[in-house]
Amino acid sequence: MQIKENLKEYDVIIVGSGAGGGMASKILSEAGLKIAIVEAGPFYDPANPDQMTQMKWAYDSPRRGAGTTRPFGDFDQAYGGWDIEGEPYTQKGESEFRWFRSRMLGGRTNHWGRISLRFGPEDFKKKSIDGLGDDWPIGYDDIKPYYDKVDKLIGVFGSKENLYNDPDGFFLPPPKPRLHELFYIKGARKSSVKVMPSRLSVLTKRINNERGVCFYCRQCARSCSVYADFSAGSCLIFPAQDNGGQIDLYVNSMVRTVTTNEEGKATGVSFINKEDRTEYKLKAKVVVLAASACSSARILLNSKSKQHPNGLGNSSDVVGKYLHDSTGGGRMAFLPELVDRKIYNEDGVGGMHVYSPWWLDNKNLNFPRGYHIEVWGGMGSPSYGSGFNVNDLNKFFGIKVGGYGDMLRTDMRKYYGTVVGMDGRGESIAMKSNYCEIDPDKVDEFGVPVLRFNYKWSNHEVNQAKHMQDTFEEIIHNMGGIALGDKPGINKNYGLTKPGEIIHEVGTTRMGSDPKTSVVNEFEQLHDVSNVFVVDAGPFVSQADKNPTWTIMALAWRTSDYIVDQFKKQNF
Amino acid sequence: MNRRDSLKSLAFGSIGLGVLLEGCVSGVDSETVADSLKKFSYGRTPKEKEYDKLLFSKKCFTNNQMKLISEISNLILPPNEFGSINDAEVPELIEFMAKDIPSYETPLKEGLTALNQQSNIKFKKIFIDCDMIQQKSILDQMAYPDPDLSSSEQSKDVKWFSLFRNLTMTGYYTSKVGIEELGYKGNTPNVWDGVPQDVLDQYGLSYDKEWLDKCVDQTKRNEVAEWDKDGNLIT
Repeated sequence: MQIKENLKEYDVIIVGSGAGGGMASKILSEAGLKIAIVEAGPFYDPANPDQMTQMKWAYDSPRRGAGTTRPFGDFDQAYGGWDIEGEPYTQKGESEFRWFRSRMLGGRTNHWGRISLRFGPEDFKKKSIDGLGDDWPIGYDDIKPYYDKVDKLIGVFGSKENLYNDPDGFFLPPPKPRLHELFYIKGARKSSVKVMPSRLSVLTKRINNERGVCFYCRQCARSCSVYADFSAGSCLIFPAQDNGGQIDLYVNSMVRTVTTNEEGKATGVSFINKEDRTEYKLKAKVVVLAASACSSARILLNSKSKQHPNGLGNSSDVVGKYLHDSTGGGRMAFLPELVDRKIYNEDGVGGMHVYSPWWLDNKNLNFPRGYHIEVWGGMGSPSYGSGFNVNDLNKFFGIKVGGYGDMLRTDMRKYYGTVVGMDGRGESIAMKSNYCEIDPDKVDEFGVPVLRFNYKWSNHEVNQAKHMQDTFEEIIHNMGGIALGDKPGINKNYGLTKPGEIIHEVGTTRMGSDPKTSVVNEFEQLHDVSNVFVVDAGPFVSQADKNPTWTIMALAWRTSDYIVDQFKKQNF
Repeated sequence: MNRRDSLKSLAFGSIGLGVLLEGCVSGVDSETVADSLKKFSYGRTPKEKEYDKLLFSKKCFTNNQMKLISEISNLILPPNEFGSINDAEVPELIEFMAKDIPSYETPLKEGLTALNQQSNIKFKKIFIDCDMIQQKSILDQMAYPDPDLSSSEQSKDVKWFSLFRNLTMTGYYTSKVGIEELGYKGNTPNVWDGVPQDVLDQYGLSYDKEWLDKCVDQTKRNEVAEWDKDGNLIT
């Protein structure tokens, strides 16, 4: 195949444009470095009317918003999903890992839940507490200044709660709870479950004069056209360009390998342009991988050379290992008190206004790590699926289910906004035996060897999922609700989601002080190759009962400061 | 690879599209397809647009089947002052979904056939020629699931009617007239400032003062945020 080389040399090539890549682009370009961003998907701007889905109605879609082509529905802003045509992945044995990818500028930050939680001091030192997994080589105090800076740059609402392991930050004020959330507060408190305002990167108050303020449409998953929620494009890359940053954007460009020289140092990347299917090479002094935990591991493992026979940065054989996702479990409930409720606009922000952080001590439990609870419900915008099984809830009143005619109108109205749900999102244990690796027998449509997954939950996660279900049931009862569906039992792992389904996969290039047992150092720099960094969630040693995005960005900023410093010392 | 996957792989791949949707035989003229694409503009990627175009270019049901679909939907939700099944374009949605989710196609068609068979046996007429009392006497046999059975254990007729009712209901209540009838008030820019007082009163609820003190003061939402060094908001 012909390979086209670009003779221009960049200071830094950044692979991927999501949370980590976006942050690195901003910090590095504003320090005056010449940057190339190489993104596997197309250009995307939430304000572009041709791409925008915000404020559309269900009837603007011929399938009324159904999830046939996008897994979270027609209006969700993730171009991709767990299954992408032409980009397969495989499993070893019984493994059922589900790998979500979003191919577009900004990546998954365009549709994510905006739940922006700092890790707490204990989250970096879990092995010291329960003997499982490993401690991070850094602690909360190392990252705290960067969390503070991320809060102020991007904006996150929340409240001061003085909880040791859920540290406070620089918060915008949270919105008031919705009606079903008041029911949840009541039920959770009765069950002695801590409940407090949620922490989402949505602008309930102006943070600068460039971005808009939330206008409460509940559609953050569609990416905000006035930039009132966090997406890497709208909040990091576009502002960096506006500030005069020298950024060249290569879109629809799938990185295949990091290229290296005789000394084993990185010289740039090779990528395949999806439009002309031609391979190109770009040169740089430094390569920053931010392609997502599994994609970055894949690129490293595919970057084999004489100097790096086991893949780049993989002398430890740890690249791809310790892959872990958050656990998930959920339950729905019917609140009979809300039957025939008054209808008013309660869209609010694009997510819950209240949540429960982990509230117990695992010392007294049969599983080692915690989970938080997210709440949903209310009078949402009708879309495909609304009106399905319209009067199933009749059974709780001894009334016949089914039928046809005008009575269905009454039923539709009666039960609208009466169902709530809660979801647990918990910490799993990072294990060497859960990993992704290169499948020797399969390539994607661009000819690049694909990933093969091997993942199995342990009893730690299964026991935690059981605790979630017991807790949900108790809270539902205390809310005056009726739990819907059957409670999942041991035969269903107590409703534990498949790994990858919560889309918090981390740990594949983990951080550590010992090059024999970790891939990167505390500055996310490969132990083996000093001019390659990884700023997605790959370097996470453990995931915590939080969401990864805020920590990805705080670490990416810290790493970017280190890179700038190394450039000043002429170390590249 | 199931049919859904192979359909998608063809739609998104490079193989010709002619062999697709084998059950959906009749074609649609290009002008109508262009109109549909224009009518539904909702932020599609080029590949997604191609897929929609493919679905618009095929017809899944005959004209008689479409009339029958309209007839049944109108029995499920008769017209009222807000509008009708046809204003809500419910038959068009059902037709589209039968292509978009191919596993719907066969059961939907079989159910339509079965309905005509039953009306022929009972009244010697196709369903659409029966009077409303006759039509209802047929629907009554399938409109009520057996409460002692799970949904997968219900009879074929009951399963078909449940699917049809679901599509009709969702079609109506996601349409302009249906949303208006339901009274959904959102999807519009606003400044959300809590549950209305009369609603709180109705449920005997109130906001805690301590909680409320943490919440947004909407009169200051446009003042740029500033904090003291301890993270207390000062604007």
